[in-house]
Amino acid sequence: MGKMPISLIRFGEGSFWMPAPASTAAPAVDRVFDFILYVSIFFFLLIVALMLFFIIRYHRGRGVEAEKTATHHTGLELMWTVIPLILVFIIFYLGFTGYMNLATPPANTYEVNVVGQKWKWLFTYPNGHVDDNLHVPLDVPVRLVLTSEDVIHSFFVPAFRVKKDAVPGRYTNLWFEATEPGEYDVFCAEYCGTSHSDMIARVIVHPPGEFEKWLQDASNFLERMAPADAGAKLMTTRGCKQCHSIDGKSNIGPTFLGIYGREGVFKDGRRYTVEENYIRRAILDPQSEIVAGYEPVMPTYKGRLKDQEITAMIEYLKTLKE
Amino acid sequence: MNGSTAVADNYLSHGRGFRSWFFTLDHKRIGVMYLASIFFFLILGGFFAMLIRTELLTPGRTIMDADTYNQVFTLHGAVMIFLFIIPGIPAAFGNFVLPVMLGAKDVAFPRLNLLSYHLYVVGAIFSVVSILLGAVDTGWTFYTPYSTTTHTSVVSMTLGAFILGFSSIFTGINFIVTIHRMRPPGMSWNRLPLFLWALYSTAIIQVLATPVLGITLLLLIVERLLGIGIFDPALGGDPVLYQHFFWFYSHPAVYIMILPAMGVMSELISVFSRKHIFGYKAIAYSSVAIAVLSFLVWGHHMFTSGQSDLGNMIFSALTFSVAIPSAIKVFNWLATMYKGSIRLDTPMLYALSFLLLFGIGGLTGLFLGALATDVHLHDTYFVVAHFHYTMMGGVLIAFLGAMHYWWPKMFGRMYSEKAGRLAAFLVFVGFNLTFFSQFVMGSQGMPRRYYNYLDRFQPYHVLSTIGAYVLAVAFVVLAGNLIHSLFRGRKAPANPWGSATLEWMCASPPPHDNFAEPPEAGDPYDLEHLVYDESIGGYVPRTAREGA
Amino acid sequence: MCREPRARGHELRRSEQSAAREIPHHFATPRQAYESGKLGMWIFLATEVLLFGGLFAAYAVYRGNHPEVFVYAHRFLDARLGALNTLILITSSLTMAWAVRSAQLGNRRLLTLLLALTLLGGGAFLGVKIVEYEHKWKHGLLWGEQYRPHHPETAQEHSSAPEIPRETPPGDRTNIPPAAIGPPGLASSTDEERAAHASAKEPRNVHLFFGVYFAMTGLHGLHVIAGLLVIGWVFVRARGGAYGPSNFEPVDRAGLYWHLVDLIWIFLFPLLYLIH
Repeated sequence: MGKMPISLIRFGEGSFWMPAPASTAAPAVDRVFDFILYVSIFFFLLIVALMLFFIIRYHRGRGVEAEKTATHHTGLELMWTVIPLILVFIIFYLGFTGYMNLATPPANTYEVNVVGQKWKWLFTYPNGHVDDNLHVPLDVPVRLVLTSEDVIHSFFVPAFRVKKDAVPGRYTNLWFEATEPGEYDVFCAEYCGTSHSDMIARVIVHPPGEFEKWLQDASNFLERMAPADAGAKLMTTRGCKQCHSIDGKSNIGPTFLGIYGREGVFKDGRRYTVEENYIRRAILDPQSEIVAGYEPVMPTYKGRLKDQEITAMIEYLKTLKE
Repeated sequence: MNGSTAVADNYLSHGRGFRSWFFTLDHKRIGVMYLASIFFFLILGGFFAMLIRTELLTPGRTIMDADTYNQVFTLHGAVMIFLFIIPGIPAAFGNFVLPVMLGAKDVAFPRLNLLSYHLYVVGAIFSVVSILLGAVDTGWTFYTPYSTTTHTSVVSMTLGAFILGFSSIFTGINFIVTIHRMRPPGMSWNRLPLFLWALYSTAIIQVLATPVLGITLLLLIVERLLGIGIFDPALGGDPVLYQHFFWFYSHPAVYIMILPAMGVMSELISVFSRKHIFGYKAIAYSSVAIAVLSFLVWGHHMFTSGQSDLGNMIFSALTFSVAIPSAIKVFNWLATMYKGSIRLDTPMLYALSFLLLFGIGGLTGLFLGALATDVHLHDTYFVVAHFHYTMMGGVLIAFLGAMHYWWPKMFGRMYSEKAGRLAAFLVFVGFNLTFFSQFVMGSQGMPRRYYNYLDRFQPYHVLSTIGAYVLAVAFVVLAGNLIHSLFRGRKAPANPWGSATLEWMCASPPPHDNFAEPPEAGDPYDLEHLVYDESIGGYVPRTAREGA
Repeated sequence: MCREPRARGHELRRSEQSAAREIPHHFATPRQAYESGKLGMWIFLATEVLLFGGLFAAYAVYRGNHPEVFVYAHRFLDARLGALNTLILITSSLTMAWAVRSAQLGNRRLLTLLLALTLLGGGAFLGVKIVEYEHKWKHGLLWGEQYRPHHPETAQEHSSAPEIPRETPPGDRTNIPPAAIGPPGLASSTDEERAAHASAKEPRNVHLFFGVYFAMTGLHGLHVIAGLLVIGWVFVRARGGAYGPSNFEPVDRAGLYWHLVDLIWIFLFPLLYLIH
């Protein structure tokens, strides 16, 4: 019912079926897709044509009686067995070679570690900088080492035609080489719970020379930015905002709005007042003190945050006055 | 003389009251109970589908929050797969038709058959209860470790599926033994109707694959309840092992779904073209080939899971091998229509829809079997469209075709052809509207199981939802037509469509014991000896007509 | 047109004798009834094999990837008790087969005696299993997080796998042990872990063995119980004289099931108890 299967892969523009290709592997994948598409269209049209012809030509309403024909024909049956067999073999071969290209990174890749967690991607660059988006240089092969903190996620960049599951307790990897500067979507492609569809990140492909500059700036944000601003950035990149709002709404965790100086009660009945030491404990050993009315689900950040970063976050929280 | 029997002594009137139905040993009554239950769950699953499509009209929240949406799509999948499509054609029509097609009085193990139905009911109750206890939100695939850690009612739903698995296994055992041991004299394997070849191949898969699902779900349940640690990475377990176990069953399961549908196709195309089926042996053996090959390809659901490149390559190659027997069938059906005398009655409209829709479904499988393209398309709406074209455009369409084909035999009533054709047309249109745009959405990168989505995908979603509402209307017309026929339909002759398989040789509806004396089994596709008799609105043997 | 039974001479075969008394109305001949029942039972046994097959596959995968765990942990199983159970089960299979023969020959007293002995054997098997399970429970040799080994005899606290947090709150996944880099597709042990077994130091993830052990023997035990229920029912009927040369199928079918249960144990025993 109504298809326009013409594939128009023009450089920089998407086609009817595919987003604009932006990696070295993408055009090859698209070629495989197109081949299968044309084969499929051919056979589909063949089936439609034969069917329509038979329905019209041999319609009983026209007084047509059935004729006795052969009930089997070895030559015909062999033909429509062998030809599809050859075609699927070709499709398999094209799919396989295209895949081996996707699966085999070249030597000298730029490596970034990727961790998926509910519901955020975190990228750790070779210099130790952690970011919530993936920045890569143009025309450089990049290799991602993927894992998960909790359940299975999947790292999917449609523009690059790459996808690989991020599995807890194991490392997987994928590689790509970006060919177009710009920003591209990263989706999570393995269902992982409530905010599976919000687990979106961006790949930012920097023109030559600009990537190094970005990395340096980003890595030094603690030095360059005021502590409170740096803290704000950390609150986003480290996933705090997934569970703690800053607008007063209670979420999986208590809201950060007005948190500094807040008084309350823990689950075990003890009273608390939020100050620097409390916040530090809450970040490094969250299970030891649970606010009444909330569940003990916060992961610990011990070993994952520097002292300077914790200080920045505390400064930021102080600015969230009601 | 009117072809219908007196109202007394048919299987519907033989004994009244709840107990005579719920504890019956009559395969026909069991088939009817299955049909009613299965159709009910089709509607329930369809209701969940309408909720999904309505929510997806807009990105962000439309009518429900994210957690509810996740539960709704899980239930849609689980209900449709475990309660509708897997029991589907074998339970609702196989049970009724199989013994009669063999000229037999019942299946080999009538009590086991009743047990199958009771297990279905119990499994259904567990599944429905799970909805009320905090519905599952894992997706119908229950991937670990999400399913071992989520706080929803995974145990009761998987327990329900476990019990339903045994219902399926026992039906499979029954069908295999019945076909092996209870064929009439004259019905060699080469004279077996193709619907029975299909049921036989299906039963082989049911019997061999379902126990593996059983142990998988059992392990999942004890993992949740006792923390055994087989699939939990925090305890040294392997979540990918779960995927291997799960798909080892669930891939053959899709052939449990499609093989009976293909069997129905062989019957419908032949009868409504008034022609002997073309390539009988090829169709029969291709069913068995599909059954065997189906066990070798499960890894194609796991190409991006971290499975080795070698594993990926082997599974991809084997996946393409399974395509060939299906292609053979399609060409054989087309060749059957050649120089036939084709009547576009409602069952035939469904058969033709199947050819087109399953054709698209099968061809889009090529994209997914090829490694390079699957990496991009896996877990996107392309896959969703593919399996809806095969399972819905294929199996459901064949189910509806079977229902309209055997309805006169089962209930002794003819329905309105006009309404039947209208519904078939609306189903075809609504279905394509709903699902074709999903192919494009998927290849453009829209992942599946997404509550929220980027704005640029909205036009596809809107088109899809419109199609869903057309489908809903189609089902109202369809169900209304059939139910109306039960009360006001013209009485059906023994053989309204002119088929040569044995179930059409007894009255519509059949008597309690099917046949007083088993009829002679000839070539089930020799249609020449049947002629249409205007006075009864059905077909009779040529000699009877000439003698009258 | 009537259906003719396939006549093969005047003497009814044993199978036809068996069901000659009363066959369900949907069967045409006693032979058809007998053959159908037999085929059905064999297919059912095939499904049971596949059910256990999944567990054997899990065993193979985990043993292949963590051999040191299996070599270390199997020492906690008493191979003598396992051998005893094997002997018991094989003997009960013998008495069961003999019981089928007695039914065929119409020897009611022998039949009931042998069925009783079979039940006794099955019961003894379960008894030994209870002894084994109790031992595991006492020493904390259980699955998953329940694995807290301690040996009262030596009064020595084994250091349980330190990386697995004892009180892992739900949702805290940050203490997942670092991923081992093994063959793609399955996490497997590092070389250090494999070497650990040589030094008799307790390897990590020993609880995996016990998870597999309890899953396999537990499911098998459930099948033994089911078998005993079936044989028990046959026993009661046999005492009432229900079986004889013209009606011995239920004994035969129960026997087939029991033999399968026995066969599965014969595979379980070496795989779990006799690892080198």
